[in-house]
Amino acid sequence: MLARRIIPCLDVKDGKVVKGVKFRNHEIIGDIVPLAQQYAEQGADELVFYDITASSDQRVVDKSWVTRIAQVIDIPFCVAGGIKTVEEAGKILEMGADKISVNSPALADPELITRLHDTFGQQCVVIGIDSFFNEETGKYQVHQYTGDETRTQVTTWETADWVKEVQQRGAGEIVLNCMNQDGVRQGYDIEQLAAIRKNCLVPLIASGGAGESVHFKNVFEQADVDGALAASVFHKGIIPIPVLKAYLRQQNIAIRD
Amino acid sequence: MVSQQIVIVNTGCANISSVKFAVKRLGLPVTVSDDLAVIQKADKVFLPGVGSANAAMASIEKKQLVSCIQCLTQPVLGICLGMQLMVEKSEESLSDSTHCLGLIPGEVKRLQVGDLRLPHMGWNTVIPVADAPLFKGIDAGSYFYFVHSFAVAVSEFTMASCQYGMEFSAGIHKDNFFGVQFHPERSSDAGAHLLKNFIDL
Repeated sequence: MLARRIIPCLDVKDGKVVKGVKFRNHEIIGDIVPLAQQYAEQGADELVFYDITASSDQRVVDKSWVTRIAQVIDIPFCVAGGIKTVEEAGKILEMGADKISVNSPALADPELITRLHDTFGQQCVVIGIDSFFNEETGKYQVHQYTGDETRTQVTTWETADWVKEVQQRGAGEIVLNCMNQDGVRQGYDIEQLAAIRKNCLVPLIASGGAGESVHFKNVFEQADVDGALAASVFHKGIIPIPVLKAYLRQQNIAIRD
Repeated sequence: MVSQQIVIVNTGCANISSVKFAVKRLGLPVTVSDDLAVIQKADKVFLPGVGSANAAMASIEKKQLVSCIQCLTQPVLGICLGMQLMVEKSEESLSDSTHCLGLIPGEVKRLQVGDLRLPHMGWNTVIPVADAPLFKGIDAGSYFYFVHSFAVAVSEFTMASCQYGMEFSAGIHKDNFFGVQFHPERSSDAGAHLLKNFIDL
């Protein structure tokens, strides 16, 4: 039976793993390779490395760490951040990443998704979406350049429409980051994720809001997501991965042992 | 064992590095090559691949490696798309079916999974057939990492099966040719064990 995935996300800034609250005030958590290795040994099903500086600074940062991770890690991993061209994606995949995730550049140039799909295949192409619930309009809106608060902007896309668009263009997986929940550890945005799930025919990964083990149970059971991504609860040792996986197995959720 | 030549065929596909690193993690030297002589002399050959069957076959044809691979007599392990290239043809191409290497009877078809999501992405349990040499010492029901939307049906050449909406071949085997649909290089301890079993053949 296909297992639900537990996915630690390592936000990378200038080669270090960082974490902010609601995308702000980034603090350094540690070095990338030892943290990645530690998570793999603890039973993480996959890792995401999100270079949060890259898109905002309009540059491609040094990605040599991708090779160093690929050398030591024996679980799949995805690299996100600042991938604007097929060539840049190709380099990262050649370095040993299994998937590349595109967020802001796909909003700037949706055709990029099609080109990535046609060149590398659907299985490599992950689309990250930063979705913010606007209380005034009552709508979920896609935000762009969230790695840098001075450049963050609201796009014209409503989240559900963008989810549909990226699938039509060949996305192989969608990571939906619910910004209102990010970093505050009050639980995943079940309502939004369940609504998106209905029109998401590719794997859907929940992101933003994990604070307790029960949040993972809830998002798997109530939003039927394929994986749950989290950062601070793992980095700060609030939920050890082996404890989380044992708990979820007890709750009869399919989890890799 | 110590003096083995392990060669990864440079298919021009993107997951070559991860296969190379996985072999190196076993403490063994490995060469990536598209040189006929190097591939023919190898003790063990890996045929990696991701992306589309059409593009991969075009790359292999362009490098004039088709007959070289077909004539190999040493153990060959195809991984993911590399496994799919081992059968006769693939339905993956939109226009027309792609002719593959024809090393093992079978064809590649899109998974029929009903309401389930495609690609089939993540860790799933694999059941090997009795005495499958590549699964020696690996428990039935061990998890391996999959990413694919197309698969080879179960047949007499199936060496392991997996369930996702339907049953399909997680591994196939005929003579010296072995193929796995999952990624052993990304399947933690079970994957490393399988790679070691292959190298120890």
